[in-house]
Amino acid sequence: MSVAENDGMNGTKARVDEDTVRIRVRDLRKTFGDLEVLKSISLDVHQGEVVVVIGPSGSGKSTFLRCLNRLEDATSGVIEIDGVDVNGRKVNLNKVRENIGMVFQHFNLFNNLNVIRNMTLAPVQLSKCSPAEATERAMKLLERVGLADKAESYPHQLSGGQKQRVAIARALCMQPRIMLFDEPTSALDPEMVGEVLQVMKDLAADGMTMVVVTHEMGFAREVADRVVFMDGGYIIEEGTPEEVLLHPKEQRTIDFLNKVL
Amino acid sequence: MLRIITDYGGLLLFAMGRTLLLALLGLFFACIIGLFFGIMSVVHNRPCNVISQIFVDVIRGVPMIVLAFFVYFGVPYLFNTIIGGFSVTLTALQAGTICLALNCGAYMSEIIRAGIQSVDIGQMEAARSLGLTYAMAMRRVILPQAIRTMIPSIINQFIITLKDTSILSVIGFPELVNTAKNVQANTFMSFQTWAIVGVMYLIVITILSRSAKMMERRLNVGR
Repeated sequence: MSVAENDGMNGTKARVDEDTVRIRVRDLRKTFGDLEVLKSISLDVHQGEVVVVIGPSGSGKSTFLRCLNRLEDATSGVIEIDGVDVNGRKVNLNKVRENIGMVFQHFNLFNNLNVIRNMTLAPVQLSKCSPAEATERAMKLLERVGLADKAESYPHQLSGGQKQRVAIARALCMQPRIMLFDEPTSALDPEMVGEVLQVMKDLAADGMTMVVVTHEMGFAREVADRVVFMDGGYIIEEGTPEEVLLHPKEQRTIDFLNKVL
Repeated sequence: MLRIITDYGGLLLFAMGRTLLLALLGLFFACIIGLFFGIMSVVHNRPCNVISQIFVDVIRGVPMIVLAFFVYFGVPYLFNTIIGGFSVTLTALQAGTICLALNCGAYMSEIIRAGIQSVDIGQMEAARSLGLTYAMAMRRVILPQAIRTMIPSIINQFIITLKDTSILSVIGFPELVNTAKNVQANTFMSFQTWAIVGVMYLIVITILSRSAKMMERRLNVGR
């Protein structure tokens, strides 16, 4: 595994720390009733690594991501986040989740709260910091995603792209060590995809450990340290963007890439 | 008509006051019961769901007049005579409040369940993904949004409960209908008496539903 070339990116890509495994998945299986969605998934994600998961609809990408912070219960297998077994009986799931930010396809901003309170709710409720500190941190993050003027707006007053940038900032406000993105641009109008991807690129450049489920092949090519191709509940192929996207070995990967590119 | 108003107006107004008192007490406890069983029916715990469903089914399946007799006569009889050794007596106000609270509570529980379930599941997932507990997410994110959709149904239920207090005249609580029966018996003017009583209910309920409309509009600002 190599560090991605940072062509087209501002700043230098922080190095992946290969010795520190943040996410360790072994033989993960997930069934919904009779439907087996994940059939033995194993994957390691290292500190500072950006893993992009691609694959056709229904291949289990989102389910895989949602198992990582246990929004879905795994049927069997091991998921460790920083050495903590997420599926363990005694695990303090809320503590684990504090360190994993998640961004959803449909933003899921809290409709009853304005932007700043969307961001400060969790840090304040969980006594991570004082309300004043939380607000200060939130304002800095809003500046970073270019939305400082929207602090008092409510979600319904924002465009899709703005909502998603707030959603990313909200997750960052908890100062997570890992960020999960579940098709963050799939529900956006085409002209708003760029602004969200830019925020994600900046985040990657800052060295955030990220797992991104997306259909944006350009993003995968530019930003990913590793691309994982999933189909039918299996990881079919994984490697650098160049290996998987430009020189795929598996027929199913080739078929998929022919369809989307 | 005028004679009833001059002679019995004060009495009827006072009785209306007692009707409102009974309704308010009933509604207060109904809200607590409704919230309790409403949340019980949405948590991810099968026994809780079943208990809540049984409560709602039982209360909904029994006419309130039966419930009133059961609570006022039946329950003290159970403790004092069947089990024995207790001396339980309920005043008509206490029994009436219990009846209204149970009855209205069951319907409120259904309203609250539906309200909570109408909030997009993504809201709960986002809250939990940030590390918030289920209770925090409910209180800060889900319930505030659910309440907006619940308000019209809740007001409607309040109005029904206010009218249902008249049923409790059967256990002798001197609310408006019970008092009006005495007025009619004294004056033999049944048309005038019941017309006045009808108008009194109408006025109170109109005021209630108008202010509910106003509240609804205010809550929808910024949506």
